[in-house]
Amino acid sequence: MPAKTDLRRFPGFLTVTILCLIVLYAPLIVVAVYSFNASTSITRWGGTSLAWYVDVFTGPEAPKFQQAAINSFVIAITASIIATAIATLASVAMTRTGRFNGKTLSFALISLPLMVPEVVTAVASLVFFTAIGFTTGLMTILIAHIVFCIPFAYLPISARMQSIPDMYEQAAMDLYATPREAFKLVLLPLMTPGILSGFLLAFIISLDDFLITNFVKGAGVETLPTAIFGSVKQGIKPNIMAISTLMLGISVIFVSLSWLIGRAGQNKAKEN
Amino acid sequence: MAAGAPMGEGSASNIYRGNSLKLMLPAWAMIGVFLLAPVAMMAIYSFLTKEFRGGVIWQFSTAAYDQFFFNRGLFGDEPPTIEWTYIGIFWRSIWQAGVATIACLLIGFPTAWFIATRDAKTRSVWLFLVTVPYWVNLLIRTVSMKFLIRDTGPLNEFLLWSGTISEPLGLINTNFAVQLGLFYSYLPFMVLPIYAAVERYDFALSEAAADLYAGVWTTLRLVILPEVKPGIVAGCILVFVPSLGAFLAPDLLGGAKTFMIGSLIEEQFKGAAGNWPFGAAASTILLTIVMAVLLVYARNQNRGA
Repeated sequence: MPAKTDLRRFPGFLTVTILCLIVLYAPLIVVAVYSFNASTSITRWGGTSLAWYVDVFTGPEAPKFQQAAINSFVIAITASIIATAIATLASVAMTRTGRFNGKTLSFALISLPLMVPEVVTAVASLVFFTAIGFTTGLMTILIAHIVFCIPFAYLPISARMQSIPDMYEQAAMDLYATPREAFKLVLLPLMTPGILSGFLLAFIISLDDFLITNFVKGAGVETLPTAIFGSVKQGIKPNIMAISTLMLGISVIFVSLSWLIGRAGQNKAKEN
Repeated sequence: MAAGAPMGEGSASNIYRGNSLKLMLPAWAMIGVFLLAPVAMMAIYSFLTKEFRGGVIWQFSTAAYDQFFFNRGLFGDEPPTIEWTYIGIFWRSIWQAGVATIACLLIGFPTAWFIATRDAKTRSVWLFLVTVPYWVNLLIRTVSMKFLIRDTGPLNEFLLWSGTISEPLGLINTNFAVQLGLFYSYLPFMVLPIYAAVERYDFALSEAAADLYAGVWTTLRLVILPEVKPGIVAGCILVFVPSLGAFLAPDLLGGAKTFMIGSLIEEQFKGAAGNWPFGAAASTILLTIVMAVLLVYARNQNRGA
C-alpha cells in the first residue's frame, strides 16, 4: 500500500538518523584509528603501527593498568553475579507471588539506584562507609557496585519472567514437584536467556562506572576507569587510545553477545 | 522509572505465593542498607560541622546551607545577602542539562521515528546501531569526544586542511562542548522510549488525518506528537536527570567557566575544597530537585493512566 508508507515518511528524518549515527560513532572511530598511529604525536599521522598496543602490555605504565584491569574485571564479575542472583529472586517475588504488602514500595526500592543521581550515590556511599568505620578499598567498591547493578539486572530478568506463562511450573507442580523444584528445574532453565542478558547488562554497567568508584575506592586502589581518568588528566596519551580501543572492542563483543542471546531467547519463546 | 519497565502489578501469577518476603529480602537488605541508609546519613552530614581537610565533627550546624545560600562577608559578621555563586552553578547545570535534553529530542525523535517505521528485520539492526555506543564506557566516549574536538584534534586539523576554517574552532572548554558531551552521553536514552512509543502508535490515526486533508507536518503536530508524548516525556527525564548531576562531560570537556553541580560536589570530597558538610548539603539539594522532577512526572503519569 503506497499510501500507508507515505504516512510513515517525513522528509529529512533519514538525514537526521544518519547524522545521529555519525555523532555517536565519529569520536569512537577516530580514536580507534589514531590508536594505530606510529607517531608519538597524537595528532600527526605517522603511519600504521601496533606500537601503542605493545606499550599497553609492556610499557612503563603497563603494571598499573594491568592491576586496574584485574580489579575492574574481578569486581564486575563478582558484583554482577551477586546482583543477578538478588534480581532473579526479586523478579520471582514481583511476578509470581501475587499481591503482597509493600509490592509497590519494593519496586520503588529496586529502581532507587536508577533515580538517585550518580554523584549523590557516590557522596552517600563515601559518607556512610566513613561513618560506620569501613575502610575504603576493593570491598567498598564491590558493595557499591552490587547496589547499582541490581536494577539493571532486574529489568531484563523481570520483563522476561513476565512473558513466560506459569503453566509449565503449574504442570510440574501437578506432577508433585515442590515449588522449589518447579523454580529450579522449570523456571530457571526457561529464564536462562533473560538471566544472561541481565548479567551482561550488570557486568557492563559495573565495568563502566567511574564516579561512584572514584569516591569509594580508597587510596591506591584503581579500576580501569579511575586509572584512565587519572592518566587523561595529564593529557591524552597514545597508550590511552589503545586501551580505549581495547575496551571498545570488549564492549562491542558483549553487546553483540547480549543481542544474539536475546534474539535466540525470542526465537525459543516463539517455538514454545 | 526506566521506560517500558514492567511495574510488577500486571502479572497475575501467584504460583510461589507466600514466599514474597523471603524472595525480596536480599534486594531490600542490599539497597536499604547500602543506598537508603547512606542517603539518610548524607542528609545528616549536611547538618554537621566541617573538619578541615575532609571529614566532620559530630556537632549540629547549619553552616553548610548558610554558605550555600547566604553571603555574610569575609569575616561572617555582615548582614546576610543572597550568595549567587552556588545558586548560579545549579542554575547553569539546569540550563546545560536542558539544552542537552532539547538537542537530544530534536535529533532523537526523527531517529526513533525513522527506526520504528522500518520493517522488523532492518529495525533491529538500526536499533542495535543506536544502542551500541551506550554500552561503550562513558569515560572512554567522553575522552574520545575531547580528543576529536580539541584545538589540535582531528576535527580542527581536517577543517583547517580542507580550508573550511582558517583557525581552530576553539570548541573545547566552552558551554557548547559540555552540551555536546551531555548530548552524546545520553542520546540513546532519548531514542529508546520514543521508539517504544512510536512502535505502539496506530497509523490509522495518520490515515484519518490525511483523509481530512491534514499535511504531514500538521499530522505530526496535532496527531502524532500528542499520541507519543509519554515516550517523549520519559526520554526527556532519562536525559535530563543524569545530565544534571553529570561529572565527566563538564569536567573533561568544559573549563572553569562551565563548572557544574557534579564538579562542585566532587571538589568538596576529592579536591582542594575538602568541605564534607557543604558537599553533603549540595548533594541533598540536588537530590531534592531530582526527586521533585520525578514526583511531578509520576503524578502526571498516574493522572494520564
